[in-house]
Amino acid sequence: MVAFQRSWGLAAALAIALVIVVSGDALAQSGQPTSVNPTASSVKEGQLLDALKPPGSGPSAVTGRVSIPDTKSSVLIQPAGRDWRQIRQETLPFYGAIAILGMLAALVIFYLIRGRIAIDGGPSGRTILRFASADRFAHWLTASTFILLALSGLNLTFGRKLLLPLIGPEAFTALSQAGKFVHNYGSFAFALGVVLMILLWLKDNIPSGADLAWFSKGGGLIGSDHPPAGRFNGGQKVIFWVVVIGGVALSITGYSLMFPFVFTDIAGLQEANMLHGLIAVGMVAVILAHIYIGSVGMEGAFDAMGKGEVDLNWAKQHHALWVEKTEMKGKGAATPAE
Amino acid sequence: MARMKFLCDADRCIECNACVTACKNENDVPWGINRRRVVTINDGKPGERSVSMACMHCTDAPCAAVCPVDCFYTTEDAVVLHSKELCIGCGYCFYACPFGAPQYPKVGNFGSRGKMDKCTYCAGGPEDDLSAAEQAAYGSNRLAEGKLPLCAEMCSTKALLAGDHEMISEIYKERVSKRGYGSGAWGWKTAYKETINV
Ligand code: HEM
Repeated sequence: MVAFQRSWGLAAALAIALVIVVSGDALAQSGQPTSVNPTASSVKEGQLLDALKPPGSGPSAVTGRVSIPDTKSSVLIQPAGRDWRQIRQETLPFYGAIAILGMLAALVIFYLIRGRIAIDGGPSGRTILRFASADRFAHWLTASTFILLALSGLNLTFGRKLLLPLIGPEAFTALSQAGKFVHNYGSFAFALGVVLMILLWLKDNIPSGADLAWFSKGGGLIGSDHPPAGRFNGGQKVIFWVVVIGGVALSITGYSLMFPFVFTDIAGLQEANMLHGLIAVGMVAVILAHIYIGSVGMEGAFDAMGKGEVDLNWAKQHHALWVEKTEMKGKGAATPAE
Repeated sequence: MARMKFLCDADRCIECNACVTACKNENDVPWGINRRRVVTINDGKPGERSVSMACMHCTDAPCAAVCPVDCFYTTEDAVVLHSKELCIGCGYCFYACPFGAPQYPKVGNFGSRGKMDKCTYCAGGPEDDLSAAEQAAYGSNRLAEGKLPLCAEMCSTKALLAGDHEMISEIYKERVSKRGYGSGAWGWKTAYKETINV
């Protein structure tokens, strides 16, 4: 009973309080405001940055209207540039250096342990056609432009730290300016090379069961057992797909950077640049391994792309299934070297 | 030495664009390039404000940090300038800049980017002060003549302030305490990692 009365008293007090508040509000609304309070509607930068945060955790930007035709200038403040700066100045050089130096170190160690992989039983003296001139054209077009693009690109990433102090600002600018031309124009030849490779080699690079066997035996890199392979072995297929997927990704991101604001906005350009740099250093590391195994790392391998013809023993050792198939077809028949 | 800054009092800016015009005229800025612009926020809505924005001459400037050829430098007055001799027009400063200050003439290959141009705080460039070469490449050097940037000097409502940061902060604080409101020193936190507390 006492508790009941108490809660009644409380309710009454609340009701009275409510009436006072509501009527006070009504008074304030009906009466003319005595003075304008412009702060009520004034926008503050910090609040705007928070309010304009896109859904998710994306970066915020303050955007408005401008009276000039340059629409990108309507972005008033875009703090996302800070994240991009962090990635370009720290993340990219860090992972880039690890990927490239790490791969070089791994290759040197591999060479010291494994040495040059020799042709079993030595060269036979008989050769077999491996890559026709169209194949070699596609390969060297892509390879030469890749090296030029990699050097001119890495110059943007590392040049200021490594090269600028050595050759001075004027020479470094001249070099980088030339590098920019090489990178911009060379990109078209590189992209063409990637397209040619897709047309020429895609059908022989579809993953197959033989690749699993090849990988399970370590591709013959470890030990002396050479797993049989078709025209391209598992490792070469990996290189093919890295070049195709990486090359297409570099082209897409690269052309959006080359034609700024045509395909995307400032946030898109920042992302494109980040992806472009990270994919590029990853690809450089993979291609270093490819260059190694195609030259000093393996006896007889360079001839495939150099002359187009490989020694029969080399072919049997590394691409047994392909030799069988080629000989069965009766074309590309082995010709005596003498 | 002084620590030169810009401060746009958005509660005074009336979007007249006189600062833009003054800048273009004083520095012979070519067609298509705007070293300064006025952006209107909440256009037509309550809380509409206009802010005149150009290079803020940041502390630890992001453009200078990301430049692949290191073409930026900071003067004794804390004005961030760059050398067009060294710039290669890569566009990286625009990605890094919080204020969209860097501008590129469309003269490069693929019509993309020539050498970058931006607000110099009317302080010229690396060439000899007040030389013809400086005037041609960067525009006027009013600072060398003991004058402030023309955009701020011409501002009809004195919304845009230029000068040593202590002095312009003082002016702004006084205004805010007198009128009782202020939307803040736009961009200061981003550019200088400090703002004016009023
Ligand atoms: C179709 C192909 C490509 C196009 C269109 C392209 C375009 C670009 C563009 C526009 C830039 C920005 C800098 C500038 O404007 O000069 C750039 C940067 C760069 N590119 Fe490429 N590129 C391509 C392929 C490659 C390849 C194959 C590599 C190397 C393996 C590469 C490595 C780089 C690197 C490392 C940077 C600098 C990243 C940084 O430090 O921010 N690019 N590329």
